Order: sequence, then C-alpha cells, then structure tokens
Amino acid sequence: MKPEHYSERKVEVDGWEVNLTTYQLGAKWHTKADNVSPGAALVRISADTREEAEALALARATKLLSRTKRRV
Amino acid sequence: MSNYAHPEVLVDTAWVASHAKDANVRVVEVDVDTKAYDESHVPGAIAWAWNTQLCDTVVRDIVPKAQFEALLTQSGIGNDTTVVLYGDNNNWFAAWAFWQLKIYGHKDVRIMDGGRKKWLAEIRDLDTAPTDPTPSPTPYKAGEPDLSIRAYLPQVQEAQKAASAVMIDVRSPQEFSGEILAPPGLPETCQRGGHIPGARSVPWGKACNDDGTFKSADELQKLYGAEGVSQSKPVIAYCRIGERSSHTWFVLKYLLGVNNVVNYDGSWTEWGNLVGAPVEKGAAKSVGQG
Repeated sequence: MKPEHYSERKVEVDGWEVNLTTYQLGAKWHTKADNVSPGAALVRISADTREEAEALALARATKLLSRTKRRV
Repeated sequence: MSNYAHPEVLVDTAWVASHAKDANVRVVEVDVDTKAYDESHVPGAIAWAWNTQLCDTVVRDIVPKAQFEALLTQSGIGNDTTVVLYGDNNNWFAAWAFWQLKIYGHKDVRIMDGGRKKWLAEIRDLDTAPTDPTPSPTPYKAGEPDLSIRAYLPQVQEAQKAASAVMIDVRSPQEFSGEILAPPGLPETCQRGGHIPGARSVPWGKACNDDGTFKSADELQKLYGAEGVSQSKPVIAYCRIGERSSHTWFVLKYLLGVNNVVNYDGSWTEWGNLVGAPVEKGAAKSVGQG
C-alpha cells in the first residue's frame, strides 16, 4: 500500500505552533500533531476523512497545549 | 553524504527500499509515539518501544545487557546483522536506539536519513501488519557497555564547575530559558526551569532540513562551531530525558567526527530536580557574552 494525499501544515493552537501531518492509507486518514520546535508528537488520530482526522487531532492537541504553563 | 566524517552510518530511503528484506539487514522503527508503527511502517521493519524495550523499566537506566541481548535475539539480529534504524520526529528515538546499540558494541548500525517523515512524503510502500521476525538461531552477544559515550551526573557537575566542557542544551529555546518546563503539551517532569549554567542553546532540530534529512557537514560545522564545538574540548549534550540529545550526539560524533562527545541522558529531568543544583535562566546569549 502507498500513502496518498500526504500533507503538512502549521497552525497556531493556544499560542503554540503545531505541525499537522496527514495522509491517507487505504480507507483511513491518519493525522499527527506535533509541537514543531521541540518536535514531540502530541497526538496521532485515525479517521474516515481528512477533515475528521485533523479536527480530532486539533481538539486533542488544544486540550494538551492548554495545560502548558508559561513562566515568564 | 560523502562529506560527513562517517557517511557509512547513514542510508537513504532508496537504499532501505532495496535492502529492507535482505537476510543480513534488519530495519527497526523506533518512534516517540509508539503507536506510529501500528498505523503503518516500512515493509519488513520491526518496532522497538523506547519506553519499555530500550530502558530499564524499574531503575531509571538504559536497557540492561541481558534484556538487550534477548531483544536483539528475538528481533532476528545477530552480531553481524546490519541494523537500520528509523523513526518519527526526524529520528529522535532512532538516535536513542543507535546510542544504546553503540554502548553495547554493535558493529553495523545505520540510520535512515529523513526517517519516517521522508518515507511517507516520498509515497513509498507501507505495511500495516506487524512483521514477525524469526529469532536469531544464535543468541546475540553484547559487548561490555562502552560508557565513554555516556555522561553521568558527577561528570557533568564537575565539567560545569570547571567549565571544562562545551555543554550543548538541545531543547527548545523556551525550555532553555525556563519559560516552560517541558515541550508544549507534555507533562512537566521537573521542579525547576532553565538550563545548566554555561550551556549553549542549539535546539536539536537545527541539524535537520525540512524534509527530515540531516544538514550538510558544512552547515553543521557552522552551526555547532559558532557555539564553541571543536575537537579541542569535550562536549556534553543534554535535553530533557536524553533522547533529543542522543540525536545531537549522533550528529556531532558521526557526521562531524567530534571525538570527545557524550550524551548526558539524565538531562534536565535529573539536573532540574536536583536539590541545590545551580540553574541559569534566560534566553541564549551569543558566544562571548558568557
């Protein structure tokens, strides 16, 4: 099987830059959200459509990122 | 890859596509997110989980020798097998596995340049069913641990006091300054934010191109040379738990050929939790500003 429709884009979530990577494999769409500069994966979601996978990944990433405290 | 000090430790995705199922080659995926392999992987690759198989799960330590030998035997890896590592996040934990394989003396270990990201972006074949390796008929025999590539706390404390090593903090600028205690979205695992006094900030990702491959030797030399890395002084790389710094350790030792570089895997979760340890806060200064 080959991946299809591979894409990467950066979005801002709760003041943090997030990298969204999405591709389709067979009938499933897979999205990973990572926190760009450190690069750690925040969430990995599989769903039936790109929109659903990215929306779920962003929702979960938002929840996680909202817990990060800035100490200035 | 020819201008790297040790180009033999890197293979490109095309090489892996041609050799992944060779009898003397074992491709191993090691991810930050251990679910990535189940989603899809390079055909013929197996997976190691960094948080259960590449560490001591009781004491905080690298994988014990006997467990390491059992893992490699079960993975169908003999002492002469070419092990090719790759993973997500531009090979973070692939580098962590590489470091441990070198500690235990495995001869032929390589990293797939660009990792999982490049493989996907190139629309290469993927499998979803796990590979079930035939265990090696001869039990794997690890060497005595080579701890010359690992830094322990006392060594780092001494180096910090004496300013006898170049300390490279490879975390993000916000972690370095103390603005945050862990990468955004991850649990805070230390009591104090900041960095080891005197450390230079070179986030690990600066060693990579956008496609996940390593930058050229010239670019890497400029990047690390500007922060005081040379052959004349020992280098200690650290991050939060030692995996991002194993990536930088790999770059310095194998791509630039820095002889005396060690990975301090205790990293910030050790230093930043230590009672009485000196901590510096604030953004990185350029060399010469102290």
